[in-house]
Amino acid sequence: MGGVAGYLGSLMISKRMALVGDALGHVALPGIGLALLLGLNVSLGAFIFLLAGVLLIWFLEKKTYLTTETLVGVIFVLSLALGFLITPQPELLEALIGDISKVSVVDAAVSIILSVFILYVINKIYPKMMLSSISEDLAAVSRINISKYNLIYLLAISIIVALGVKVVGSLLIGALVIVPAAASRIFSTNMRQYVFWSALFGVLSCILGILISKIIHFPVGPLIILICIAFFAISLIFKKS
Amino acid sequence: MQNILEVKNLTVSFDSEKILDNLSFNLKEKENLVVVGPNGAGKTMLLKALIGMIPFKGEIIWKKDVRIGYVPQKVLPEKNIPLSIEDFFKFKSCLSADRKTDSQQISQALKSVGIGDPSILKKKIGIISAGLLQRILIAWALVDNPEVLLFDEPFSGIDIEGEETIYNLLSRIEKERDLTIILITHDLSVVYKFADSVLCLNKKLICYGSPREALTPNSLNRLYGGEIKFYKHEHK
Repeated sequence: MGGVAGYLGSLMISKRMALVGDALGHVALPGIGLALLLGLNVSLGAFIFLLAGVLLIWFLEKKTYLTTETLVGVIFVLSLALGFLITPQPELLEALIGDISKVSVVDAAVSIILSVFILYVINKIYPKMMLSSISEDLAAVSRINISKYNLIYLLAISIIVALGVKVVGSLLIGALVIVPAAASRIFSTNMRQYVFWSALFGVLSCILGILISKIIHFPVGPLIILICIAFFAISLIFKKS
Repeated sequence: MQNILEVKNLTVSFDSEKILDNLSFNLKEKENLVVVGPNGAGKTMLLKALIGMIPFKGEIIWKKDVRIGYVPQKVLPEKNIPLSIEDFFKFKSCLSADRKTDSQQISQALKSVGIGDPSILKKKIGIISAGLLQRILIAWALVDNPEVLLFDEPFSGIDIEGEETIYNLLSRIEKERDLTIILITHDLSVVYKFADSVLCLNKKLICYGSPREALTPNSLNRLYGGEIKFYKHEHK
C-alpha cells in the first residue's frame, strides 16, 4: 500500500497537485469520525466521504474553471470543520494519527487486493496523465480525455487514502503520498527511475516504520512519516555530493 | 489535387463572445496554408477547432482517416520534471495500441529536425533550450508520419537565428515528407517564402487566396487596422 501511495504520489507531484493528497486525508475525517461513532469500518466511512468530496471537486472543476487545488482547499476545510464536530474527543487522536492495532487480517487482505488493482489501473493511465501534465494541447490532440482520467486518478487516490488513514491517520496520510515522490524526484532523470524510487521509498517507509514501532513502542503513523522524511533528506544530501 | 480539408461556416464562441465568425475555406493536399492575423484574432482557436479540441458550429471535413500532427504554441515542462526525451517519445506507443513507435521511427523523426545524435534522448525534457524543445516537438509530431502538420507560431519565443533555422527546417521537412502544412504566424515575411495560400484572420475572414492576390494594402489595413506599413518582398 505504501508502494502504491508513492506511485500515485509520483503523478500527483507532476500534476502540481502535491497538496491534494494531503487535503484529501482531511476530507476523510468526518467519515472516520462517523465510522468510529457508529462502530463501522473506518476505511469504509473515510471512503464514502472521500468519494463524495472527490466527485464534488471533479464536478465543480468542470463547472467553475477553478483549479483542483483551490477546490480541494474549500472542500477540505469544510470536512475538517465537520470532522472535528462529529468525531468524539477520545477517538479524535486515533482518527488524526491512525492506529495499526485496529487493522484486522481482513482489512489487510482487502488493502492488498485493492492496492494491486489500483496499481494496475494507474499503470494503464500513467503515460496519458504524464503527457497531459506536460501539455494539455498535446494530450487533447492525442485524443486523451483528460477529464475522465482525472476522475479515475482522484478515485484511485481516494481509495488509497481511505486504506491508509487506518495506519497513519488522516493528518499524515498526505505525507505518505507526497514525500516518497518528492524524494525520488530530487535525483531521477527519467520516468522509470522516478516511479521505481517513489514506490520503493513508500514501501520501505511503511515496513521500517512498523518494525521500529515494534521495538520502541511509538505509534506507527508518525514513525512511517519520519522515515519518509529521512529518505527525502538522504536524497537531498546524495544530490549535493 | 484532392481537398484534404474543407471548412464551412465555422463559428467558435466562448460565453456569447464570437472568437471566430463564419469562416469558410478549403485546403488541397500538399498545399501550405499560412494563417496570419493580429494577437487575439482567433488563430490558435482555429487550429484547436480543426483538431477537435474545442466545440464549434459549422462544418470541418478532413479527408477520411487523415493523420494529423500538431505542434502547439506553448509547451513549458517544469524544469525538474523527471522525464527524459525518450520517455516523451514513448508516450506515443502508449497512446495507440495498434501503432508501435520503435526507436528507428524516433531516430528518423529526429533526423528530420536535424538532430543526428541519439544521446539527446537521455536528457531531461525540462532542461533543454527553447529552440531544441521546438525541434523535439516537431519530431514528436512527425513520428506517426502525419499527412498534415499544424504549427502554432513555431517561431515565437526563439531568437532570430533560431527562427531562421526553424524556417529552413520547415521547408526541408515539407519537401522531404511531402506534407500539407498549416502554419500560424505573425510574421508576414514567412507568408511570401512559404505559403501556397494565405488566410488573414481577425475573427472574421479578411482575405484568402494566394499571397500575392490576397495580401493587398486594403486587406492588410483591415487586418491590422492601419498599424502596419504594407510591403512586398521582391525576389532578388
